[in-house]
Amino acid sequence: MNAPLVNVHSLSRRFGPTLALDNVDLSIESGEFVALLGRSGSGKSTLLRTLAGLDAPSAGTVQVPTERMVVFQEPRLLPWKTTTQNVALGLNGRDARSQARSALAEVGLEHRLEAYPATLSGGEAQRTALARALVREPKLLLLDEPFAALDALTRMRMHGLIESLWKRHRPSVLLITHDVDEAIVLADRALVIEGGRMVASIPIELSRPRDLSQTGFIALRRQLLSAIGVTDAELRSPAAVNPHADAESTESRHLIAMA
Amino acid sequence: MQITAPALLDDRASALSIAPPQKRRSRQWLRALSPLGLLALWQIGCSSGWISDQTLAAPSQVIRSFIELTADGALQHHLLVSLGRVAKGMSIALLVGGSLALLAGLSRTGEYVIDAPMQMLRTLPVLALIPFFIIWFGIGETPKVALVAVAAVFPIYLTLYSGIRGVDPKLVELSKIIGLPRSALIWHVILPGALPTALVGVRYSLGISWLILVAAEQVNASSGIGSMMNDARDFLRIDILVVGLLIYAILGLVVDIFVRWLERRLLSWRPSFINAAA
Repeated sequence: MNAPLVNVHSLSRRFGPTLALDNVDLSIESGEFVALLGRSGSGKSTLLRTLAGLDAPSAGTVQVPTERMVVFQEPRLLPWKTTTQNVALGLNGRDARSQARSALAEVGLEHRLEAYPATLSGGEAQRTALARALVREPKLLLLDEPFAALDALTRMRMHGLIESLWKRHRPSVLLITHDVDEAIVLADRALVIEGGRMVASIPIELSRPRDLSQTGFIALRRQLLSAIGVTDAELRSPAAVNPHADAESTESRHLIAMA
Repeated sequence: MQITAPALLDDRASALSIAPPQKRRSRQWLRALSPLGLLALWQIGCSSGWISDQTLAAPSQVIRSFIELTADGALQHHLLVSLGRVAKGMSIALLVGGSLALLAGLSRTGEYVIDAPMQMLRTLPVLALIPFFIIWFGIGETPKVALVAVAAVFPIYLTLYSGIRGVDPKLVELSKIIGLPRSALIWHVILPGALPTALVGVRYSLGISWLILVAAEQVNASSGIGSMMNDARDFLRIDILVVGLLIYAILGLVVDIFVRWLERRLLSWRPSFINAAA
């Protein structure tokens, strides 16, 4: 059996007095799609930034492939470059532009090759960011709530797109999300992080493509929500979450709206 | 837009929304009326003798002098000399100010070494340096070009430096993820990001160079718009003085049009320009 592509062992990250990550273990197989769920401040973004090489661990070991790419919640496109130039930026070789064009075609943007980011819709901008990541053939694709800023309909389309791209290119994916349904639709396995500790790892074995009407979907959602710590009381009365900190309550309400 | 509140409440508001462009044009025409009126008053004042020709030349006289000066090529000669000095001074300012801003903007050490002295020097009144420049560089071309360069260097430095520091750190982080080398990061991410701010500095520098040049050319110069005006003062040629002022006003306008054109070309990716083009 092959060694896992990502191997994190007893990873801790301290910011001053607060412990953002507390003894985290994580392994991701080659080609595996993993979703990481957690509330705001649970440490999920810190873990992703560590895997992306943007943040250094305070303790522990992290093994990741160097061929890794990140798609953030905001597309981070250079406003002064066209979509093709944005995707091709930093690529070497003569065929950089044609590679960029075919990557854009793959995400369904063949009609927007020369567009400036200011003229793109939110979904188009995020698809460009996805093309920029894919064109580099990453072994590990890190997605930091990439659909959170999109409207519901666009988000559903993006789910379909990401699943088909993943099937074709087979990178390992770590998707950070606070949307339980998104995790169930896309992932092979859902992890739950809470207070910097990995509290649950739940395999999702529904057949693909998945949708809400599948048997087992609702049960999985219930299981994941309870792992996140959304109690039955919270689910029945949204007022119960109001005492929480502001940032957290919006997210909890979102989790509840999903349920 | 001059839509009054009752008009907005009117249920024909959709018809009103078509009207504004026309309204604006007629208003702009009105704007020209007042200066034209003043010009007419000025002409009437001079020809009727209310304003002595020792105080101010009549517009008709100014136009005549302008034509005379153009006909014998004197004006073109002075203008070319002045333009040359501004061009030289601005080139030095762009080179020096740009390099210093890059050094200070892109490295901590550069910032420590360069920024504090620049912030101190920029508050010096440049005109107070004229005596020094005459002592150091004599009375030839050098002190004039040097004065323009010194005056123009600070706006370029300050705006490019703050533009570089204002580049979105998220874009810099992204560049790190896609493995962009440092030279490409500077060329593709940092400089274009700093450009809108830096162009404001270029515009300001161009304006200030002309301002300084007038003063510089009145010190022992035999050519240039400033020296032409200096001679005119000695011979009490008020009409030529007014022609000089006119030239400065026109140059100001031309410089502004040039920088706007530059912005339109270089910043065509900005939403405001994209909308204007559509």
